[in-house]
Amino acid sequence: MNKTIKRIIAIARKEMLHIKNDPRSLSIILLMPVFQLIMFGYALNTELQYVDLAVIDYSHSTASHDLVQKFTGSPFFHVYHYEGQFDKLDELFLSREARVVLLIGQDFASDLATQTQSSVQILIDAVDPNAAHMIRNYCSQVIQNFNAANNISLPTPFQIETSVWFNPDMKSAYFFVPGLLALLLIMICALLTSITITREKELGTMEQILVSPVQPQEIILGKVIPYVFISFIIAGLILFIGIWLFGVPFVGNLILLTILSLVYVLTALSLGILISTITQTQQVAMMIALVITLMPTVILSGFIFPIASMPLPLQYLANIIPARWYLTIVRGIILKGNTLQQLIQPTLVLLGMTLLLLAIARRKFSANLEK
Amino acid sequence: MIKIENFRKNYGDIQAVRGMCFHVEKGELFGLIGPDGAGKTTLMRAICTLLVPDDGVIEVDGLNVREHVTEIRNLIGYMPQRFSLYQDLTVDENMQFFADIFEVPQDEREQRKKELYRFSHLEAFTKRKAGALSGGMKQKLALSCALIHTPKLLVLDEPTFGVDPVSRQEFWEILHEIQKGGTTILVSTAYMDEADQCDRIGLCFNGEIVGLDTPQKLKNDFKYMIYEIRNENLYRLRDFFARHPEIRTTQLFGDALHVSFLENPTESNWRQYEDEFGDTFTKRSQISPDIEDIFLDLMENHNG
Repeated sequence: MNKTIKRIIAIARKEMLHIKNDPRSLSIILLMPVFQLIMFGYALNTELQYVDLAVIDYSHSTASHDLVQKFTGSPFFHVYHYEGQFDKLDELFLSREARVVLLIGQDFASDLATQTQSSVQILIDAVDPNAAHMIRNYCSQVIQNFNAANNISLPTPFQIETSVWFNPDMKSAYFFVPGLLALLLIMICALLTSITITREKELGTMEQILVSPVQPQEIILGKVIPYVFISFIIAGLILFIGIWLFGVPFVGNLILLTILSLVYVLTALSLGILISTITQTQQVAMMIALVITLMPTVILSGFIFPIASMPLPLQYLANIIPARWYLTIVRGIILKGNTLQQLIQPTLVLLGMTLLLLAIARRKFSANLEK
Repeated sequence: MIKIENFRKNYGDIQAVRGMCFHVEKGELFGLIGPDGAGKTTLMRAICTLLVPDDGVIEVDGLNVREHVTEIRNLIGYMPQRFSLYQDLTVDENMQFFADIFEVPQDEREQRKKELYRFSHLEAFTKRKAGALSGGMKQKLALSCALIHTPKLLVLDEPTFGVDPVSRQEFWEILHEIQKGGTTILVSTAYMDEADQCDRIGLCFNGEIVGLDTPQKLKNDFKYMIYEIRNENLYRLRDFFARHPEIRTTQLFGDALHVSFLENPTESNWRQYEDEFGDTFTKRSQISPDIEDIFLDLMENHNG
């Protein structure tokens, strides 16, 4: 046992030397998460701002001015008055001068005064359906505010009181920081481990190490240890930037997150090991690692697209994506302050996946050169 | 030390090794000589337990390679073909790593390294990266790494490949030194001229051992006369001799033709050849065969 540990340390120390001797790769590995985070942080901003809103006001009344004022007051809209002809309205959308048009009818004020009910028309450019959906929500909110301010209450059978929890401002940073954590950890771990093992095969040094007292599992463990450390540095970096630059709250237990992240990192490393056992060159290993981690994690893990909105077969498929379970864990801990009891299911799934991957990898990893 | 009986190995439909038999004695420097694709590497890998024989028996120090994988790996020092070490690690780091994984006790390490540096003269380069060493020095470093745990058996797969002649000579001198220390050495090479450096050699061709003895014995046993013949028109000369049935083999060696005769030709035979050829031979002399002549003879004989 003592000898085993010594041999693992020997392999790990050599791997550290490789990493130390290649500072360029190391800095790419460490800077990539920072760049991605910042890019996602500013590009993947689902909060809309300065949406061009064209107003056509045929009412010209105090009431209609009040309503327009409500829109102008929101940072969400950039309001201007449309002076053109009514039948050229679609030109506004075609030329992208407006994404939403607010049409206030002639009888708006009088209807309000007499019947206490009136209607306005809102036309939305739905080329980007998500944005259109949000614009509609914002518009109805502004109109509700207007109604409330004017003491207009409609007789409704029941009222829906919506209250958004855990991310009341619907900030996108809250969802992409955990998402990126899940994505980058699996990508980097699987990639680095698969490359490091295939590199020895390519160099022919694997042949030499195999003819030594070192056991295959010791080679694997020794090679993986340095990358576990690097993964944790990356995870720490992402969390730090997420909290410090994007104001993501951290309500849960950091130790619990660390332990469960270790489970996820192990899943990712096992995946990398499995890839390395079935490939012979670094290039192939890299391609496979990228293909099976990047796309599925982005698309199927619930990172960007909610799993509930997928067709049923894809929902089943999503279950085999490790990031899908880790996302539940990270979001749970960071945003909701989940405890281990509440996260026992995703944790067990990840552990199961790790064991399965390792078992396959161990079978495929040959202690000699027979295929 | 090594016992090989009827060893066979196939890669799919390709028969890489088809029934090799030979023994390597303790303390011997045994050379496997043959061109690429002769099955040398396959055989060495099987000895090192990296490949499992399809048929036959291989024993290393009395241990069967099928059953005693770990034990055998512990007593072998192996230097794979085109082995390039860790280029980004220094000479010392490479040696340290192999000392670690071969569990060389700390207190013996310095002594062992000193011994190896005495052979390799790499002491001045301990802090240099392996990738920055010359070809000959790389091979010496690789050898040092394979020797760090004082193995009983040293297996070297084409260690002098691509190394300049001076470094090759030096490398062989080191091997003789190591052999004096009691280590059994199995070495393969495609350079025929290195055969004389070995105690005994096995000539490998097409997955078989076609000749097996001491280099001297192989030469003594060669019963055909070899003449070295020169003429300005070497290719015509070769074609001319190849047509004659009493000639066994013809082979170009640089600016001369080696011709082996079934019967020793008389002076009148030579005159007849010159008449038929239509030119005099600038030089002809009987030579003693070297390993390459023997190998080529065996090879052609084998094909026929």
